[in-house]
Amino acid sequence: MRKWPIALPSTAGARLLVALAVLTVALALSVITGLLVGSQRIHPTELFSDPFTRTLFFRLRLPRVLMGLLIGASLALAGAALQALFRNPLAEPYTLGVSGGGALGASLAIAFGWTVRVAGIPLIFVAAFAGGMLAVTLVRTIARGGAIVLPGALLLSGVVVNLVCSAAVLTIQYVADPGAALRILRWIVGSLDVVGFDQVWQMFLVLAPAWLALIAMSRQLHLLAMDEDTAATLGVNVRRCETAVHMLCSLIVGVTVATGGAIAFVGLIVPHAVRLMFGEDLRIVMPGSLLLGGAFLVLADTLARTVLPSGELPVGAITGLLGGLAFLWLLRRRQQNAVL
Amino acid sequence: MTALLEARQLEFAYPGSLPALRGVSLRVLPRSMTAVIGANGSGKSTLIRILAGLLQPQSGSVLLDGRPLKSWDPRLRAREISYVPQSMAVAFPFPAIDVVLSGRSPHVARFHFESAADHAKAMEALETVDAAYLANRSMTALSGGERQMVILARALAQDPRILLLDEPSASLDLKHRAALIRTLTRLREQRALSVVMVTHDLQFTGASFDRILALRCGEAVAEGTPDEVLESRLLAGIYGEAGVRAQRVDGQLLVWTEL
Repeated sequence: MRKWPIALPSTAGARLLVALAVLTVALALSVITGLLVGSQRIHPTELFSDPFTRTLFFRLRLPRVLMGLLIGASLALAGAALQALFRNPLAEPYTLGVSGGGALGASLAIAFGWTVRVAGIPLIFVAAFAGGMLAVTLVRTIARGGAIVLPGALLLSGVVVNLVCSAAVLTIQYVADPGAALRILRWIVGSLDVVGFDQVWQMFLVLAPAWLALIAMSRQLHLLAMDEDTAATLGVNVRRCETAVHMLCSLIVGVTVATGGAIAFVGLIVPHAVRLMFGEDLRIVMPGSLLLGGAFLVLADTLARTVLPSGELPVGAITGLLGGLAFLWLLRRRQQNAVL
Repeated sequence: MTALLEARQLEFAYPGSLPALRGVSLRVLPRSMTAVIGANGSGKSTLIRILAGLLQPQSGSVLLDGRPLKSWDPRLRAREISYVPQSMAVAFPFPAIDVVLSGRSPHVARFHFESAADHAKAMEALETVDAAYLANRSMTALSGGERQMVILARALAQDPRILLLDEPSASLDLKHRAALIRTLTRLREQRALSVVMVTHDLQFTGASFDRILALRCGEAVAEGTPDEVLESRLLAGIYGEAGVRAQRVDGQLLVWTEL
């Protein structure tokens, strides 16, 4: 093998293994923290001796941590995919209006009392998915000037679609009957409060296949993140890839929004953190975001549960605060590169 | 000789505007260098994008190895044809080597990473364009010209039989323009590469290309060897009254513009 005059970084495959190892450990640590820390500290030995602690742990704490893991992983993965697809480091479910659209769909479902299931899938998931899909299609159509998607227009139209959707949600809440209005309000605030495993299990069954399908597209997204035309001439079916990513992200985000409410900026912070640690290769950033996203939201929720002396903060407040700052930092860095 | 890549009677119009191409045909022979020239907006980029499979003509056809381009599996097509765009806006700070490695993707099996051999090919490609020193630099930190060399290396790493270039020298200085043409000429000899290049560098086309296709308002107005096309009366027809002149001096074809 020839030696090159400069040292090259290790191959992507090796970096992926390191990333997976490090991030799995991070996820495990954050899950353990989330399980033990809370308004009621749990000592592992009490699980065997104290029936009250056992109930608390299995009925409340564990489902909530798992819910945080599912939602965080989903939002981060969708963020990484959307950033690559739109070649825009500031894209994520929230800034592209997917969350807003999903929220509108879910609100409609709640207001009309669509609590039925179709083939085991709650209709509210379907409504949120449709809302998210509609929003992302709309945003993309508006932002597409001729052959290219304008990065500034993309974010602007995303933000506006989000605003219009939240206005619509408020209207629905106002005209809906008090019971439904309360349920919409509780859910808009965005909380991971959950009792028992039913909901967690249902979500996992819908989300896991979508995660796998999205991660299987990492190579195409890696090429698309560099340049759309180049990706096309390298054998990527760009239209098919776009449609698939839109659908999968709308599904993933819709389902998480329909359960946890609109939790902002997880899809922005997490993929960038993975990039800073393990480089730009989407084949690392995608699975890495899945793991780190789970770890991040579990920790953020642990913080939300414990930061106030009594009661708890909505987790969306914490991610919104951290994510907003990260967004501004990225925007500033981006202006220095003068792309936007 | 049978053509490697052939365009027959291409017609193309962008939605809501005048036709960009009207009945343009082109035959690309193995181991040939073809220049596509013409004024801005004459349809050169449209033609090259159709040849690359990025646009579908409204009528007419493109054949690769005698088979319609559309019927090729995109990944197999990518092993035959590579495309160098005018420029590439990079949104993420990919290191240059990652961009060059992406050229290997049509050769890498599904769900696999590039092998050590692929890395070696990528570095070789960078060396071919004298840009090995850029390997670890971030794309966002490169100048337009440096970026263009990396993009060219990406196309070479793809190991194609046909290289399509859309004004690759627009952001290169004179030294690198000459180096680019020398590299392409050498690759034609070494790798039996066929080159189709959109260019405004008429001087270089005279010295190094076999065929020139001249477009005006989407129509082919001249096609032939540099000696046939680079001729003052024809050039006046291609570029209008811009005063582009050509003359053979001591066996060298000179092209200049009167101000």
